[in-house]
Amino acid sequence: MSQLSQLIEEAYTGLKSLVIGLGVTGKALCEPGVTVIYPKEEVDNLATFRGHVELIGKDDDPAVARCVACGACAKACPSNCISVLCPVPVKEGEADTGKLGPAPQKGSKTPAQFIVDYSLCSLCGQCARACPVDSLRFCHDAYTVAFDRKAFQFELVSRLRQQAEQALEGGEE
Amino acid sequence: MQAFDPNSLRGDLVSARFEPGPTEDKLILSMGPQHPSTHGVLRIMLELDGEYIVRAEPVLGYIHRMHEWMAEQKTYMQFMPNMGRVDYLHPMAWNWAFAGAVERLMGLEVPERAEYIRVAVTELNRITSHLLWWGAYLLDLGAFTPIMYAFDDREKILDILQDVTGSRLTYSYFTIGGLYGDVPDDFASRCLAFTRHLRSRLPMYRDLVTDNVILRGRCEGIGVMDVELARRYGATGPMIRGSGAPVDTRRAEPYGVYNRFDFHIPTYTEGDAMARYMVRLDELVTSCDIIDQAVANLPGGPIQTKVPKTIKPPKGEASFAVEGARGKILVHVRSDGGPKPYRVKLRAPGFSNLHVFSELAEGTLLADAVSILGSLDLVIPEIDR
Repeated sequence: MSQLSQLIEEAYTGLKSLVIGLGVTGKALCEPGVTVIYPKEEVDNLATFRGHVELIGKDDDPAVARCVACGACAKACPSNCISVLCPVPVKEGEADTGKLGPAPQKGSKTPAQFIVDYSLCSLCGQCARACPVDSLRFCHDAYTVAFDRKAFQFELVSRLRQQAEQALEGGEE
Repeated sequence: MQAFDPNSLRGDLVSARFEPGPTEDKLILSMGPQHPSTHGVLRIMLELDGEYIVRAEPVLGYIHRMHEWMAEQKTYMQFMPNMGRVDYLHPMAWNWAFAGAVERLMGLEVPERAEYIRVAVTELNRITSHLLWWGAYLLDLGAFTPIMYAFDDREKILDILQDVTGSRLTYSYFTIGGLYGDVPDDFASRCLAFTRHLRSRLPMYRDLVTDNVILRGRCEGIGVMDVELARRYGATGPMIRGSGAPVDTRRAEPYGVYNRFDFHIPTYTEGDAMARYMVRLDELVTSCDIIDQAVANLPGGPIQTKVPKTIKPPKGEASFAVEGARGKILVHVRSDGGPKPYRVKLRAPGFSNLHVFSELAEGTLLADAVSILGSLDLVIPEIDR
């Protein structure tokens, strides 16, 4: 008899917890969804999102970076994903081949190329911290997708120029 | 040269030499690597007698990334982002442990505002870690829906942390001597709103899972660990608190401003998988209490002390212990006066917690091994750093 009553008790508690659990999930079924359906909607809280770094233009000329090509960012980067390239000074008696070398180079105060390999970047922000002239910031682009790894090597000097041109065109319209 | 004797390695932890015991009708089963319930690349060699486990040996080394060696190759600041990769579920605590060790070495005083924000974000991060554990553990035990609810709540914290740090998983928010940036103006109100929300959700968690007969049946009395066993293996965090010892680094060796907060450390005396489950669920409330107090008393002022551009601590060594989601984290730094650390030693809680498994699993059923393993809350990169 005690075995039977135990069996009935077990069945009762089991059924009770089943009904309570179904009640919780049933209630959640009626509530609105919390996910974002990506291609149709996009998330809106990207104001402080850390994407890859980008250069900041000068206040009077947004197409030219504030960067002084000191190479502090490349030195601070733990993943070695930044390379700042400047023209190598031509020695006397040699022809100018337009060769680029890593910053700092004698006599050049602006970068010819500023390459960030986003596929290596760990988004730690050491470069932006190390910059003495506040020329680097994070962009808020969360949707960088490509099939090719090379697509993540961004050249930031031309990118800044393009952005400035786009902003100018947008302003004129 | 001495001849190689394979019998001398009997019981060795190297998996290739895991030999069957004296009786012959035993099955050697390799659980993992990449088994869904091992939560990463952990491999467990099991010796089975029918469905019962005779012997269990965890085998590590599949994702060893040499974090300690990497620390010696990078400057102090360059090593900081690595700490978020050691334990990706509670990176804030690891960041704090490393930053704290270097600060102690240099004798730096962290501004009060930074200390309060550190407490708030670390506790928020602890909640995310426990919520993910909760969902994943129940997934191991065969319940699918709870992880959806856990991620729903976790998402709200990740949104707060994204607005604070700019990232959602590996934050690298701490710097030596303070924080990377200040919190947004609505940080306190959002934290308070979140803790209120989480407290209102906990009864639902209880109804859905904790009181469920299936969970009770699979966790109660499984993997019973007494305090002596926990102490012998150096198990910390929810593991030892589930065995009845109120061991918590936040109380035992207060760091930051933890001694200013009033909070309760949950303990359960049963020592089984259910006790560890209950400890973690109660810790959600503890963390909510601490966050409430931290953001209510958030002082103004700077968030970063002045540190030299190249950090060169004086010769010497220092260690700093932090209570992570999985237990006591300790970082020991030794400096020779140069810009790079001479030696960094990381003490990961998961490493000690995992090795209790061998003793806990002996004599249990194979299905119980999964519920024991899940209750340890393993993060493999932390064990296999």
